[in-house]
Amino acid sequence: MAQICLDEIAHSYLPDIQKDDEYALKRIHNIWEDGGAYALLGPSGCGKTTLLNIISGLLKPSRGRVKFGDTDVTELPPEKRNIAQVFQFPVLYDTMSVFNNLAFPLKNRGFDKEYIDRRVREVARILELEPVLNKKAEGLGADAKQKISLGRGLVREDVAAILFDEPLTVIDPQLKWQLRCKLKEIHEKLQLTLIYVTHDQIEALTFADKIIVMYEGWIVQTGTPQELFEYPNHKFVGYFIGSPGMNFVPCTAEGDAIRVGNALIPVDEKTAGLAKNARGKLEMGIRPLYLNISCTPVEGGFEVNVKGVEDQGSHRIVSVDFEGETLKARIAENDRVPDTTAWITFPKEWIRLFADEHLLK
Amino acid sequence: MGLTLEHVNKVVEGEHHLADISLELASGSRNVILGRTLAGKTSLLRLMAGLDRPTSGRVLVDGRDVTGVSVRKRSVAMVYQQFINYPSFTVYNNIASPLKVSGVPGDEIESRVMETAGLLHLEPMLDRLPSELSGGQQQRVAIARALMKDTDLLLLDEPLVNLDYKLREELLEELQAIFDKRKSVVVYTTTEPSEALKLGGNIVVMDEGRIMQTGKTSHVYRSPATVKTAELFSDPPINFFNGRIENGRITIGQDLAIDNQAPFNTLSPGAYRFGVRPNHLYLTRQQDSDAEIRSTVEISEINGSETFIHFKFDGCQVVLHEVGIDIRKIGSEITAYVNPQKFFVYSEDGDLLISPDGLAPDDAKER
Repeated sequence: MAQICLDEIAHSYLPDIQKDDEYALKRIHNIWEDGGAYALLGPSGCGKTTLLNIISGLLKPSRGRVKFGDTDVTELPPEKRNIAQVFQFPVLYDTMSVFNNLAFPLKNRGFDKEYIDRRVREVARILELEPVLNKKAEGLGADAKQKISLGRGLVREDVAAILFDEPLTVIDPQLKWQLRCKLKEIHEKLQLTLIYVTHDQIEALTFADKIIVMYEGWIVQTGTPQELFEYPNHKFVGYFIGSPGMNFVPCTAEGDAIRVGNALIPVDEKTAGLAKNARGKLEMGIRPLYLNISCTPVEGGFEVNVKGVEDQGSHRIVSVDFEGETLKARIAENDRVPDTTAWITFPKEWIRLFADEHLLK
Repeated sequence: MGLTLEHVNKVVEGEHHLADISLELASGSRNVILGRTLAGKTSLLRLMAGLDRPTSGRVLVDGRDVTGVSVRKRSVAMVYQQFINYPSFTVYNNIASPLKVSGVPGDEIESRVMETAGLLHLEPMLDRLPSELSGGQQQRVAIARALMKDTDLLLLDEPLVNLDYKLREELLEELQAIFDKRKSVVVYTTTEPSEALKLGGNIVVMDEGRIMQTGKTSHVYRSPATVKTAELFSDPPINFFNGRIENGRITIGQDLAIDNQAPFNTLSPGAYRFGVRPNHLYLTRQQDSDAEIRSTVEISEINGSETFIHFKFDGCQVVLHEVGIDIRKIGSEITAYVNPQKFFVYSEDGDLLISPDGLAPDDAKER
């Protein structure tokens, strides 16, 4: 195991790079701590798979170096990098037993029989694969197969990191919870460096200690789930994290308040100062969870028309029209549901300001 | 147009892919079919479309038997999981193709393509080829093409499953607006409870080729007629405990006893299964009458604004889902609080007896 350092990495799939926007990966400089649980999160085409392939050695970056601990591995092919990979679809030897599937990466590297037996059983125990160890892989269900795939990734102790490329995409929702918990448990017990690539914010947020959010070839933010939720660095993070994403409305500074259309929203001193000194297009952001909505008039509340209510089981999403913009508010399952009119307030501690899409702080 | 299925079976190589399906889908209704992979969702859609013929049973359109009538002779459009477009046609021609085939005049085609392209935000890419588009855009093209003809039946088979999470959220919202404008019967399949809830309308919960329950989506969610339906329609998974009721008093395992209270005292003494949704378990006491469940944390997950804590109680795997961030260490002791009034009570055979909202399963058109 080792720290992974991406030293000024950039990558373009074109042989001759003329302009900066021809880079699929812009400038990436990042250190991944030994034993950390990381998620690489972003939409299709954001560069997350490119970055993963650079770490695994499937791709050599156009610029920069990749280091595992003190070793520069930039020129090394995947098989010399001590990386294990788990893919979206299970990659197994169908005719082999589960035991032999799990043992394969170790046998290949010439470990002795006793060690292999001990290690395979340990991994099988964590993944609850012990009852099927002697069965052939081909007869098993999709979830069991993906567990074996995870197990093959986990069985080697000597790897620098295990890379997971959307490993739960093909799994039904109820099983996703089980498998994700298993991964967390494994991380807790084995202290391996895990890098998990996904477009699914819930998977990323619940799995990782640190999330790297990518957008158009850039890392737009690296942080804990809470940091990304409460202080999104960029509008994209505000939109991408959270369901539904953050509400944004154009605003202007006005004394100790900010103005949205005809409404003056009181803000704290710090926010007022940020608004006053801001340059570029100013917008206010607030999470649907933190936008207060009431069925009866409240002091300082803005009267709004209710455009729709969506029942999402454990909660409801209420859409309202505020100064010509649609805002969404999240209310609990048992809260009173507003009819046609509601009153909203903006808690000062949850108002965020963005200038030209970047968080002011 | 109304669609009726009467005792439909589909048997393939001795296996029942669909078993005794009877359904009535009203004109203009929006219907979600919820079920796990291989529950029979796609088989059912193919029968509705006329792509496959049932082994037995009848398919009726407005009371007219259409069993065995080819898909070409039916008014139906279908969107598949895999985005299917004509690779050598531009986006415009892909969308226009159903109208061209049926000989609609050119200027009408243009206005209708533009209208649908607008709905799905495809205007900037009408001249491109599908291969030049992202997955999300390609699926939008496939959806646009399905919407071109004003068909009586619009079938969507997990249309968003191959798309990014955030795109799904957006497209789902767009689709709802589009469904609202149409008179077609819409049938939409999904494995995800959250998607079913967002779509609303009516739901058909399926498992292993059978219909478990039908009814209004929000109603079925709050009154799942069987343990199986409750499990299928819950994400995170619903928690179940095995317990007893004696003289109105509930006991679960050694450590949990809840004093006699309505409505549980209406049940005769015996063994029952108690279900409680993860968001009805709390880490802090909500009211005096809350019952306490003590355990140790197995795994805790934080998604930025919510906390999920996994633990075991009386041998059952339990998950608690709370809004707000409350970090608990693995192995630490916790007390979860639950209002007994939030319990679903099921018989040992898994039939709903009491639901927290007092909804009887009959109201949700139980089967």
